[in-house]
Amino acid sequence: MKARVHITLKSGVLDPQGKAIGHALEALGFEGVGDVRQGKVIEIDLVEEDPAKARKQVEEMCRKLLANTVIENYVIDLAS
Amino acid sequence: MKAAVIVFPGSNCDRDAAVALREATGKPPAMIWHRDSALPKVDLVVVPGGFSYGDYLRSGAMAARSPIMQDVIRRAKDGVPTLGICNGFQILTEAGLLPGALMRNAGLKFVCRSVSLRVENSQTFFTAGYAVNQVVQFPIAHADGNYFADDDTLDRLEGEGRVAFRYATPDGETSPEGNPNGSSRNIAGIFNAAKTVLGLMPHPERAADPMHGGTDGRIMFDAMARALG
Repeated sequence: MKARVHITLKSGVLDPQGKAIGHALEALGFEGVGDVRQGKVIEIDLVEEDPAKARKQVEEMCRKLLANTVIENYVIDLAS
Repeated sequence: MKAAVIVFPGSNCDRDAAVALREATGKPPAMIWHRDSALPKVDLVVVPGGFSYGDYLRSGAMAARSPIMQDVIRRAKDGVPTLGICNGFQILTEAGLLPGALMRNAGLKFVCRSVSLRVENSQTFFTAGYAVNQVVQFPIAHADGNYFADDDTLDRLEGEGRVAFRYATPDGETSPEGNPNGSSRNIAGIFNAAKTVLGLMPHPERAADPMHGGTDGRIMFDAMARALG
């Protein structure tokens, strides 16, 4: 089973990189660009085949290492 | 005073810290490798600056989960004085010993220069050598030094006297002009609730010898040596 973890900054946390990307898009002539936020994606191959157990395992990974929950949110997608 | 300096792969201020500690205490500190699982008996633990584990995932994230840090966390919670400088500050926040997080500098650039800091609390064994509102010069060298915490946490830090230093202009104004990285409320360094743990982005150990161009940081090491025997 494969897990894909999306990590994004919480709303209200300033994202200077996202802001710089937004400015660059404007400079390239893209119109109508609003707020831009940058995050990261982590893909993990798991031996576990049971979706409930896999989700529980990846949630623990997120809390212990993958995300800093002071500033970041995470969303887990599972695919077999 | 017997001190320990933690050494991670990618630490680069561990020897600077060791020299500053040796000069202040007359004794070389124990250098403790990140894979060790236990600290020797020490009066002070220093988590030094650098780029531990290449700053992978988040600055300080991997180091905070290394074997030695589990003992550093235990000792710090038992009251053993702990000082985190630059990457060490990032590691202490990732380890949960200090609140908040160090984010990418607001200007997105790595900033390497001397900055002015205003001393906010001199009633701790780290800062007893300074006077409140004194302006000192320490170097900074970081890309992720933008201190962030939610407003409740910031209010609590200020209310409990847990802000150690703020970035300031040379005349002590904590204005946006004096803020090199966008840190919330110009915060450069904070204490834990017991004021036995200090984390700061600027480098006192790089302002500890006349050859460094300044000695304001030496005062911190001398104060610790006096307080901790």
